[in-house]
Amino acid sequence: MTPSDAVPGAAAGTASDAALGRVVRQEAAYIVAALSRMFRSIDVAEEAVADAIEEALREWRQRGVPPNPGGWITAAARHNALDRLRRDRRYSDKLELIEHRPAERSPTEMDERLPLLFGCCHPALAPQAQLALTLRAVVGLTTEQIARATLEPTATVAQRIVRAKRKIIASGIPLRVPEGADRSVRLDLVLTVISVMYDTAHLVRGGDAAADRDVADDAIWLAQVVADALPEQAEAHGLLALLLFHRSREQARAVGGNLVPLPQQNRRLWDRELIMRAQESLRRAANLRRPGRWQYHAAIAACHSDAERARETDWRQILVLYDLLLIWDRSPIVRLNRVVALAEVAGADVALAELDVLPAILRRSHLWHAVRGELLRRTGLVSEARATEQTARELAVNEAERRLLRGRVESGI
Amino acid sequence: MKYVLMFTSEPALDSAVPEEESEADVQRIFEWFETNAAHVQEGGAALHDPSTATTVRFAEQGPVVVDGPFTEAKEVIGGFSIIDVPDIDAAIALARTWPSLVRPGNAVEIRPMFEDDEVFGK
Repeated sequence: MTPSDAVPGAAAGTASDAALGRVVRQEAAYIVAALSRMFRSIDVAEEAVADAIEEALREWRQRGVPPNPGGWITAAARHNALDRLRRDRRYSDKLELIEHRPAERSPTEMDERLPLLFGCCHPALAPQAQLALTLRAVVGLTTEQIARATLEPTATVAQRIVRAKRKIIASGIPLRVPEGADRSVRLDLVLTVISVMYDTAHLVRGGDAAADRDVADDAIWLAQVVADALPEQAEAHGLLALLLFHRSREQARAVGGNLVPLPQQNRRLWDRELIMRAQESLRRAANLRRPGRWQYHAAIAACHSDAERARETDWRQILVLYDLLLIWDRSPIVRLNRVVALAEVAGADVALAELDVLPAILRRSHLWHAVRGELLRRTGLVSEARATEQTARELAVNEAERRLLRGRVESGI
Repeated sequence: MKYVLMFTSEPALDSAVPEEESEADVQRIFEWFETNAAHVQEGGAALHDPSTATTVRFAEQGPVVVDGPFTEAKEVIGGFSIIDVPDIDAAIALARTWPSLVRPGNAVEIRPMFEDDEVFGK
């Protein structure tokens, strides 16, 4: 059971339940993280917090919301965890040590959630396990919510999480933020997981409306947590900027369930406030003078946001940014996106030639065929264009194929 | 924590390495053990190649003895060491420096060992 399991649904509408919901969202991850570190067990921590939330649900309904709700849950969870350890002989030697340590957050220390996050995104865990465990332990989603977000059977997700937790303990994966040069290498894994989290939320067809929780919001929240905790890491600000730019287009990206390509989007629907926040994050990143792939991704997204009309887009600048991005990120999706920019700068013929030398794996994706179809149409080869667009549609029906790319074609199609 | 490092390689690729170079490789491996003596425990071993192996295997009528390795594997274990380091990050850092990892087909598998009290209780 995770913290969110015990959160009352829409049926319970009392003020104390609403307050509890807020506290869980803001504090549960902190408390799980702090207890995980203290007790060296994510399991013990999660169970203790879940029980504390259940207790809060009962207590607060009867006696009202306490003056410091977060502190109330922290104290209750810590009490529960200690209680469990007292019953478990394996922890007896650690117990005395832990009992005398305060559970309060120290303002000078780094955000407690960061060590847990870095542990969940450890390279010794498979990428899917990193994502599932992060969603569970750091964000606090239930197994069912994760299964809905990743389009996988609940049993698969549950098993993945159990295995990952077991591996953390058995193989000695530390819950800590690495120091020195390791930090930025490991941070890239964390940022990748957060980016996949955001993309995953967007790939669930119609999922945004149906889901009881927006995983894309969680991803942005987590990117903000990382950027705040590691202000010296330019890439953390870069990823936050990128996700905010994408989020700013949320209202314009789908009409009646159909995705609207960037050039056709109604730009008045773009959220100016989110764009300003994104620009601010990107400025903060640039001031640190440590370029990297997330910053270039964000810079490209910024170029699109700068254009009031699609035809005012500075494609030359975007192409230059893609060329720089390729230094850090040579993934097929980046190279495909670059072809779209190339078509705007150098023409469809040049872009078509470039498309043919891209890695073969892209031909299994509807995006490659969609880009090719559009380029063929521009060169006047209409019947060939129709055939390749048909292939694109057939491939796009298959969600698994779509997810292969873990990204979106940024523009142009 | 204690870990076993299992050093594997692909025989087909190993045999492509010229003899002088593989002698130099052995020298570097000796140096690796000297450098990391503080973390390496007694009890590791270098193994003869799989063609010298004998396997005793389950059979309905009782265990049978067969010539050769248990399965036809592309990767074979050439040896193993037991190390004692604080956590997996330290184990990974140590494994990264294994001299043979500059050669294609080589790998180091890191496996945590059960602690005594996990097996026998307290």
